[in-house]
Amino acid sequence: MSVLRLTTATLAKDFRLEWRSKDALNSMLFFALLVVVIFSFSFDPNAEESRRIAGGLIWVAFLFSSVVALNQTWAREVRNQVLDAYRISPAPSNALFLAKVIGNFLFVALIELLTTPLFIAFYKLRAVGPAWQLFPVAALGTWALVVNGTFFAAVSIRTRSREIMLPLLLFPISIPAIIAMVSATTAILTAEYSARFWVVLLLTYDVIFTVACLLLFETVLNAE
Amino acid sequence: MAAPAHTIITFNNVVKQFGRFIALRGVSLDLSAGKLYAILGENGAGKTTLLRVLAGLAQPTRGTVSMLGTSDLRTVTREIGYMAHPSMLYDELSARENLHYFAALYGISKEDRCASLIQTVGLDPALSRPVGQYSQGMRQRLSLARALIHDPKILLLDEPFSNVDVRSAREIASLLGQLRDSGKTLLVITHQSDLLAEVANDQVWMERGRIVTPEERE
Repeated sequence: MSVLRLTTATLAKDFRLEWRSKDALNSMLFFALLVVVIFSFSFDPNAEESRRIAGGLIWVAFLFSSVVALNQTWAREVRNQVLDAYRISPAPSNALFLAKVIGNFLFVALIELLTTPLFIAFYKLRAVGPAWQLFPVAALGTWALVVNGTFFAAVSIRTRSREIMLPLLLFPISIPAIIAMVSATTAILTAEYSARFWVVLLLTYDVIFTVACLLLFETVLNAE
Repeated sequence: MAAPAHTIITFNNVVKQFGRFIALRGVSLDLSAGKLYAILGENGAGKTTLLRVLAGLAQPTRGTVSMLGTSDLRTVTREIGYMAHPSMLYDELSARENLHYFAALYGISKEDRCASLIQTVGLDPALSRPVGQYSQGMRQRLSLARALIHDPKILLLDEPFSNVDVRSAREIASLLGQLRDSGKTLLVITHQSDLLAEVANDQVWMERGRIVTPEERE
């Protein structure tokens, strides 16, 4: 059975579910907007300070709002025990995991696209370094958040307080990635140092954790 | 005791424990192919756990289960259809969309298979409203269609008549009889044994995690 076909079928199903319920997108968008507005009231930096702190602020906002989507990912699979229907089928578990990661990546990327202009407006941001480099950093950083987030959301799915459990598991393990994405973003915005090292670190992190999560997901899925 | 001819499922001293709670206490059972078994017993007797072990959703703590000649149940998932007490359906999708997705999990892409199954269980294939707006009876029927989507040899049904009106329950029971006649083996958990009286070949009574004989029940 083709992993690609099943991934596509699961992804299409998830998009349809999200389009009809809008559970994840609405809550993520409002959360991200709230964080942007609250941060803008809390800090009133000049242009130079903005460039230094924006990397940290923007990634914290995306990290917090992505947790909302990550919790939703598996909640709809646990409702009515639908996940058991997948578990008893011969479908490979990796297809389910990949579909969930790609789906979350696209949802979080959409929220980033919608909220980044607001960040730029509120903080009057203008990159001194090559701004195009922010796109690969955003892609790698978002992947780092969702690949681990999707995996740990699956781990915490059967716990009673899963909404608390996910950040407890996800945030500590994401620290290297967060440092890399914040440093790379700040490097590009300020042009004070090269982002190269941090981008390579982020890429390495993504490869390692994607492989590890793919290898371990079947065990997590079939845990009683 | 020698296993009966055409044994398709064998439980050999199966124990299933959840922490300190023992759900199955040394269950040994042989089930023959092409028969319909009614699994009966009070709440908490271990009936659902028995089906979950068979479906491969729970691993026995001790003992072995073999099905179709293998004890590695992951290799025979294609031959098992499982209908749980919850619907195992997406509330936001229509009947057809649900079945399409579950068919894809088994590598089935035939559009007419989904439509004919929806009709077989007595629903309208043209119905486009989401399953969340269905009555309990309609959900049960669709859930049965989902379990049948890959034409399995063995059907495990957990309370298919619960919250279903009498007429619908009789229709489902009759459909189960037809499935048995087509050569499938069915294990049906129910509290309404009278509904299966005409179609069940045998009854399996459970009490506190054990299989009990009619004499032991008395």
